[in-house]
Amino acid sequence: MPTSAIEVHNLTVSYNQRPVLWDVDFTLPEGKLIAIVGPNGSGKTTLLKSIMGLVPLSGGFARLFDQPLADVRSQVSYVPQRESVDWDFPARVKDVVLMGRYRPQNLLRRLTRLDREVADWALEQVRMKEFAQRQISQLSGGQQQRVFIARSLAQQANLYLMDEPFAGVDAASEKAILELLLQLKDRGKTLLIVHHDLNTVRQYFDWVVLMNTRLVAAGPVEEVFTEANLQAAYGGQLTVLAQVADRVQEGGFPVRKKEVKI
Amino acid sequence: MNSLLEFLSLSDPNVRMVVWGTTLLGASAGLVGVFTLLRKRALLGDAVAHSILPGVCLAFLVGHSKAPYVLLLGALVAGWLSLLSIDFLVRRTKLKADSVIGLVLSVFFGLGIWLLTSIQQSGVASQSGLDKFLFGKAASITSQDVSMFGWVVLAVVVILLLFYKGFKVLAFDEDYARAIGMPVRLLEFLLSTITVLSIAVGIQAVGVVLMASLLIAPAAAARFWTDRLSVMLLLAVGMGILAAWAGAFISFTAPSMPTGPWIVLALAALTVFSMLWAPRRGVLGRWLRQWRYARKIALENVKCIEDLVPTGRLDLKRRICRHRRKIRLFK
Ligand SMILES: Nc1ncnc2c1ncn2[C@@H]1O[C@H](COP(=O)(O)OP(=O)(O)OP(=O)(O)O)[C@@H](O)[C@H]1O
Ligand SMILES: [Mg+2]
Repeated sequence: MPTSAIEVHNLTVSYNQRPVLWDVDFTLPEGKLIAIVGPNGSGKTTLLKSIMGLVPLSGGFARLFDQPLADVRSQVSYVPQRESVDWDFPARVKDVVLMGRYRPQNLLRRLTRLDREVADWALEQVRMKEFAQRQISQLSGGQQQRVFIARSLAQQANLYLMDEPFAGVDAASEKAILELLLQLKDRGKTLLIVHHDLNTVRQYFDWVVLMNTRLVAAGPVEEVFTEANLQAAYGGQLTVLAQVADRVQEGGFPVRKKEVKI
Repeated sequence: MNSLLEFLSLSDPNVRMVVWGTTLLGASAGLVGVFTLLRKRALLGDAVAHSILPGVCLAFLVGHSKAPYVLLLGALVAGWLSLLSIDFLVRRTKLKADSVIGLVLSVFFGLGIWLLTSIQQSGVASQSGLDKFLFGKAASITSQDVSMFGWVVLAVVVILLLFYKGFKVLAFDEDYARAIGMPVRLLEFLLSTITVLSIAVGIQAVGVVLMASLLIAPAAAARFWTDRLSVMLLLAVGMGILAAWAGAFISFTAPSMPTGPWIVLALAALTVFSMLWAPRRGVLGRWLRQWRYARKIALENVKCIEDLVPTGRLDLKRRICRHRRKIRLFK
């Protein structure tokens, strides 16, 4: 029984000789809901892609469930950033969700009844059943996101890597998606999720990976999600925010005080 | 009318070859063109068409023959080389894909023109006919060509049927295809091969310059009529074939008219027609829907105002009536 879902060692990735991930090293346990947090361009997407073997590594390696990716591929589900595909592709919602049932093993075969039933179930889970026949370009951003999640659910994997599943999603959909993720966690699945909203990290996630090209910290939220680590990850950008917050706490907005010159 | 019947009866063996030949290459170009379009590789198709020329010339020089299969082999190799060099340059240099495509296209094509010119000047007896790869010459399609086109179409159809799911997921979401372990390299190799094959046979009818339209136009026209990939493939084949017959018919009734360019013109007409008239995605369809919607809202507004007008004010009622008639007629 393996205890680590993802193990990343000295992972280094560069685009055009410029390092985007530098010596990233962490181990994540099974059965947790884990956030990847970091500023824009800090390499979160690249981290997921390198775990999935989608970008060439300059160094290091990643192992899933103590095995190389190739041996556990069918247990891993990857949800790309929604903007990474052209939604004007001639396909219906149902067709995209059915792609969750594609395997190298059934490439030459037709999908079975079971495959269709699983896809239906997945659509039901994200409450998109009535959209099954809808052309995918006629969906809102949040609905597209849910289609991607349904495709991922249809894979019936044990490990889910999702790139910003909450981006462009309204509050109600966010809650529905979060509930799905929690359900998956309750069934013992591991979820690694790129997340942008620092306000909800504490509330949603068990573990957090803080990064900015290098790994800043990885561990349980209550231990790792600290002011100091956030400063380290976000650098100057966050100090501005923090100062504003401090002033607000001291009493009112500074601009409203007459003695403050702007 | 008579000439149409005579044409459709295909009693003239020459007409028969042209019609069957262009039908087959219209079908294969339509099929692979759908994936070229969806993967946004239209420029690449153009580059391959141009790059095939030196391959054909070299095959002729080396093989001392212009048997269709010899030339096809040369075309296939050159087309593949161009794809590989584009891929290599895009990955290894900082050049943008479109500049690399332009570069490779002109180098290969320049080489091709140079070879073609020197072959023509060397006075090799059987040289005539190679320039059909440059300008296309549907009228010169032989029964040998037709049987070769048939094999190409068969290969395209079989590969597409076998690997349909793979090509679909590759075209929609390449990263995802890799992530689920699809043999992406194999799929790309197969797709490129059938694309190069289709282009190699296509340019014999429409020529290098017009080949990109033979590849893209049927798919682009088909896209307006459907939201489903399978239907789009069938429609693209239909459009390719329809245009092929139209081109063949026009040059049949007016022998001075070249078949290839007329096929492309017919395709352009089909595309424009689809763009305007396709029910949901077409321009007119969209206008019509918007116009109906606007009129409905305007009429409802008038109704609301009418309900507010007190019963005694006949003058106002009359004005509202006039207004409503105007909306009905023009708005
Ligand atoms: N294909 C590429 N070629 C070159 N550079 C790239 C490529 N993809 C990403 N980069 C660079 O790598 C860095 C990390 O990108 P990445 O997409 O991993 O960031 P991210 O953390 O996901 O950002 P975001 O929050 O904006 O999604 C960025 O500086 C980006 O400019
Ligand atoms: Mg990203």
